[in-house]
Amino acid sequence: MTTQATAPATAEGREEARRIKALRSDRARAESRLGWMLAGPAFVVMLAVTLYPILQATYDSLFRYRLTAPDDREFVGLANYGVVLSDPVWWQAFGVTALITVITVAVELVLGFALALVMHRAIKRLRGLLRTAILVPYGIITVVSAFAWFYAFDINSGYVNQWFAWVPGIDENLNWFAEFGTAVFVIIASEIWKTTPFISLLLLAGLAQVPTELDEAAEVDGATWWQRLQRVTLPNMKAAIMVAVLFRALDAFRIFDNVFIMTNGSAGTTVLSLLAYRTSIGRLEIGLGSAISVLLFVAVIGICWIAIKLFKVDLAGARGER
Amino acid sequence: MAVLAPLAACAAESGPPVLTWYINPDDGGQAEIARRCTDEAGGEYRIEVSVLPRDAASQREQLARRLAAKDSSIDLMSLDPPFIPELAEPGFLAPIPQDVAERVSQNVVQGALDGATWKDELVTVPFWANTQLLWYRKSVAQAAGLDPATTPVTWEQVMEAARSQDKYLSVQGTKAESLTVWINALVESAGGHVLENPEAPADEIQLGLDTDAGRAAADIIGTIGRDALAGPALPTEDENASMSIFQGESGSFMVNWPFVWPATKSAVEDGAIDQAVLDDFGWALYPQVTAGTESRPPYGGINLGVGAFSRYVDQAFAAAECIVQPDNQVYYFVENGNPPSNTTAFDAPEVLEAFPMADVIRQSLEQAAPRPQTPYYNEVSSGLQETWHPPSAVDPERTPQESTDFITAVLRGDQLL
Repeated sequence: MTTQATAPATAEGREEARRIKALRSDRARAESRLGWMLAGPAFVVMLAVTLYPILQATYDSLFRYRLTAPDDREFVGLANYGVVLSDPVWWQAFGVTALITVITVAVELVLGFALALVMHRAIKRLRGLLRTAILVPYGIITVVSAFAWFYAFDINSGYVNQWFAWVPGIDENLNWFAEFGTAVFVIIASEIWKTTPFISLLLLAGLAQVPTELDEAAEVDGATWWQRLQRVTLPNMKAAIMVAVLFRALDAFRIFDNVFIMTNGSAGTTVLSLLAYRTSIGRLEIGLGSAISVLLFVAVIGICWIAIKLFKVDLAGARGER
Repeated sequence: MAVLAPLAACAAESGPPVLTWYINPDDGGQAEIARRCTDEAGGEYRIEVSVLPRDAASQREQLARRLAAKDSSIDLMSLDPPFIPELAEPGFLAPIPQDVAERVSQNVVQGALDGATWKDELVTVPFWANTQLLWYRKSVAQAAGLDPATTPVTWEQVMEAARSQDKYLSVQGTKAESLTVWINALVESAGGHVLENPEAPADEIQLGLDTDAGRAAADIIGTIGRDALAGPALPTEDENASMSIFQGESGSFMVNWPFVWPATKSAVEDGAIDQAVLDDFGWALYPQVTAGTESRPPYGGINLGVGAFSRYVDQAFAAAECIVQPDNQVYYFVENGNPPSNTTAFDAPEVLEAFPMADVIRQSLEQAAPRPQTPYYNEVSSGLQETWHPPSAVDPERTPQESTDFITAVLRGDQLL
């Protein structure tokens, strides 16, 4: 939509244009006022619950400050960031977090898409049942599912070693949470089990938005199922895929519960949220912990930026605002 | 409703002061003692219990956060000894009046007094004291030619006995506080200390790990890990897992707290375990690191702290004195399996009946060594867990040195944990 008009040649014409413009700007101003009145309270609440803690954490990160030694509080500038960024512990946690994020999002995207296709194509009578069944894991509280997975795989109380002893590499002496590879496998598997329904639901919404006539036209033109998927379905649900990837990537990058319950960071499975928790809450080092939290926040912003650039989706444009 | 609410508040205020006692989870013993002391107080105060999280580290986190915020609702708290200096140093604990300190120190085992003290001053009231024993299956020990009940045994002997009988040694190798307990007991038993000057400021603390004692401790843990003497569960084995393994067919020797005795008895009563297993249980003092040198068993338990911001400090101290009476300690030992800190409580007939090993526990408490008493205990403990886990990777030539460097850097604020 454009507001630019060709300049009128006559004086009357110019006067008329000015009048219309003034009317429009009056309306725009009124709309803007209404917009602020409607969104204002929510904006203030957002500032209070989101911006304030971020600013407070940023401020705290400039101090060497331990909760149980309040008198020793000392301004150290950016020194805490220096300590964090030069420490292999941070980079190892960053690597583990990135690994979990990449693998879970990739696997969930494929699995979630397959589930979305099944739900999309399922006959009407089965659709409700299918969606409910698929959504069950997502409905379970993460801590509860983490405990369930922990007890299933635990060498003392678990049943996995007995049930799957026929699988090469699994026997009753396999201690899943003792080594990095097996521990991270269980963490990733539980994460995938828990959140694939979420991604499949988002993709199902995207799938429903693909115009059926496009698909039918391609079919008439002789396109195979794979070609229609590649050329018609996927390009038309790009925005939905981006939203799914972005939401899940952010979620996966902030992973905490599963790791906390299953390994508490042992066997090299410390993730960034756990590191922030351990420093702020466990060690009561408010300054250092705040620096980690701020860096975690910056990383999350970075993921948003990369996802939006990578998919080249203009969500505002998709809504027809520009 | 709007009219009734203030009236209800007035009604609540009009009774005796309500003391909130933050307790660690147990089998209901502390709640019962709170009820008894409320009855005894004759209206002077009323004690209500509020349960803290299950593990000691989470209990400390919650209390430290609340006390840092000057929470006046914390009147009494059950505290794990290693975390006491951290709360005492910034003045989060109300100072104990001299007369109270004298009364609550009488007939108390040395380990409990040490654990309740910070900078030569009693800062908490000793309540119950815990220690680890060497538990063994009599049949296995006999087959291996050992009699720990009459002759003190060494770690070397215990390891060799488990190896020769092809059984598992039950120790706590999981990356948690229990690993620190084990490391500290081994270092202390070898004649050393994890920290040489625990009362020093963070950047001046000296570690005693890179010593013969530290290397002896690392040798024992590393050997058990590498030779798979504790079985595949070792890297995630906690106190309960140790007990399960010890109760099973592969059980041989175990270092663990006395709770294993009532827990196994109760499992026998429930039919989950055969009586023959319980009959096969033997107990002795914690193994020695060096033959002929007395071991320094782990010391644990709970002390009572009074919150510095409580509105009822006097009543809280009166309540603490009531709680730690020997009678209550006897009750707590018999019903919940937590040993008394007061030596006279060990002589009660019901104690001797419920715990045939009560004398060994008392002796162990006298010999026990507390974990380092420092306000930076959390850093030291987490640093040990970070560098001494998994047990199979512990190397006497490398681990004590690496652990020293790491913990020193963390204490100086140069490194993350």
